Amino acid sequence: MRKILTKVTGMAALASMSVPAFAQEAVEAAAAVPNPGNNAWMMTATILVLLMILPGLALFYGGLTRTKNMLSTMTQIGAAACLAMLIWVMYGYGLAFGPEGNAFISWGKFFLAGVDSSSTAATFSDEVISEYVFISFQMTFAAITLALVLGSVVERMKFSAVMLFGAIWLTIVYFPIAHMVWAGGGLLFEMGALDFAGGTVVHINAGVSALVAALILGKRTGYPKEPMPPHSLTLTMVGTGMLWVGWFGFNAGSELEADGTAGLAMINTFVATASGALFWMLAEKLSGRKGSALGFCSGVIAGLVAVTPAAGNSGPFGAIILGAIASLVCYYAVSFLKPRLGYDDSLDAFGIHGVGGMVGAIGTGIVYQPMFGGPGDGSTAMGAQVITQIIGVLVTIGWAGIGTAIAMFATRLVTGLRVTEEVEREGLDLGEHGERAYNY
Amino acid sequence: MKFIIAIIKPFKLDDVREALTGVGVTGMTVTEVKGFGRQKGQTEVYRGAEYTTNMVPKLKIEVACSSDVAAQAVEAIQTAAGTESIGDGKIFTLGLEDAVRIRTGETGDTAI
Repeated sequence: MRKILTKVTGMAALASMSVPAFAQEAVEAAAAVPNPGNNAWMMTATILVLLMILPGLALFYGGLTRTKNMLSTMTQIGAAACLAMLIWVMYGYGLAFGPEGNAFISWGKFFLAGVDSSSTAATFSDEVISEYVFISFQMTFAAITLALVLGSVVERMKFSAVMLFGAIWLTIVYFPIAHMVWAGGGLLFEMGALDFAGGTVVHINAGVSALVAALILGKRTGYPKEPMPPHSLTLTMVGTGMLWVGWFGFNAGSELEADGTAGLAMINTFVATASGALFWMLAEKLSGRKGSALGFCSGVIAGLVAVTPAAGNSGPFGAIILGAIASLVCYYAVSFLKPRLGYDDSLDAFGIHGVGGMVGAIGTGIVYQPMFGGPGDGSTAMGAQVITQIIGVLVTIGWAGIGTAIAMFATRLVTGLRVTEEVEREGLDLGEHGERAYNY
Repeated sequence: MKFIIAIIKPFKLDDVREALTGVGVTGMTVTEVKGFGRQKGQTEVYRGAEYTTNMVPKLKIEVACSSDVAAQAVEAIQTAAGTESIGDGKIFTLGLEDAVRIRTGETGDTAI
């Protein structure tokens, strides 16, 4: 079916010879190799992931902070994402998906050398998509992962420190892990670790990095004695909705084609999330509290995080179970484990992305099996697959933890990490950016 | 002249205004305030972090009136603002030395 469509489009291109030269070239190039349907879907998916960052994550995180730090939180996310985009085209793509490399890192194609609009990137079948589209799609993943890390350090980390830390962290943590998991020849890729859309690369990586960064940075002044309730759960709810919508680009886009597996990833991204949202509220009720709006939002994110590695590697009912379990485990992590351990992960980047990512990554090894309705053919025993998944998780934890510590200590030497206590009291909006979010 | 300060439940404002107009009070000032009395505050929970708010939102009403309507005004507020449950509020009456209408310079009862 896909081939027939390609031919039809090719004829359409011949028929439109009279269009201006630049458009004609684009049509011919698209018709020549990549399937326009796949290309169009991947361009859409890329923009959906951008929506997750701006304004999705910015609003989700911003609403959870205090009024005086709203702009600082959103600006850090936006600026860090922009930094990641520029670094990605300079050398990030080369370090993660370069033409030459070993199990840990690759090289080549720096400053996108040799890439033009006729270049293509392979998908998982014999299809290809335009390389510029693939580069853009992967670029948004680097950007959102860095933005997610910032959730644990907001309300006290300097803007300059955020930017410097971001550049170092992407270089020594994100690009190698993306290479190890997703690039041919990468350590975990060759081991057969299943990670459909980035449960390890994005979520465990971001969560563990966030935890280590928060531990090195220290608690917010006054935490946990002073009340620090979210300033606008309305905005958090708006951001949650955008994250969910954008996540279809993230998960279904990770198939790199608009095919049936992308459709599977899509339905899983619906049902696992729905299950996560309701089970979080149920957990609140069962522990004697009220089912809350923030609980709903947190459950949505926990479900989305857990289904990320499983999106195309699970049946819908496996995904429902995965979303529910991840939600319950994350609820326990943020409501009971965090207060007991006493670290200040401001917006629970570790408690939800790190913990949910681990549940998802290990659970993927189980729901992948055909007996749970997964798409696996049963050729790899469940035990063996789960062990491979656990190795993938451990490698990511170790690499992210050590890399983040190095990046934080290096940043401390150059810019210092924290704003002064005075600025922290007054708010980072005024102290770091010279503005207030709300002027009544 | 008397000065009446009443702390009431916010949703009772319209009832109180109507009752006061009924007994001939011609003006009042309303402020949103927070405070505590016998009524306990509420508990808020955000991802397991519990915050007890021990200040309850109320409205403060200030009324200046002539001495002969003061008793009726207090009674009107008490009836209109009451729900017979804890947290209905309080009414304080103070003596008022003088009043001036800024536009005309009138003083005393005529200024109210």
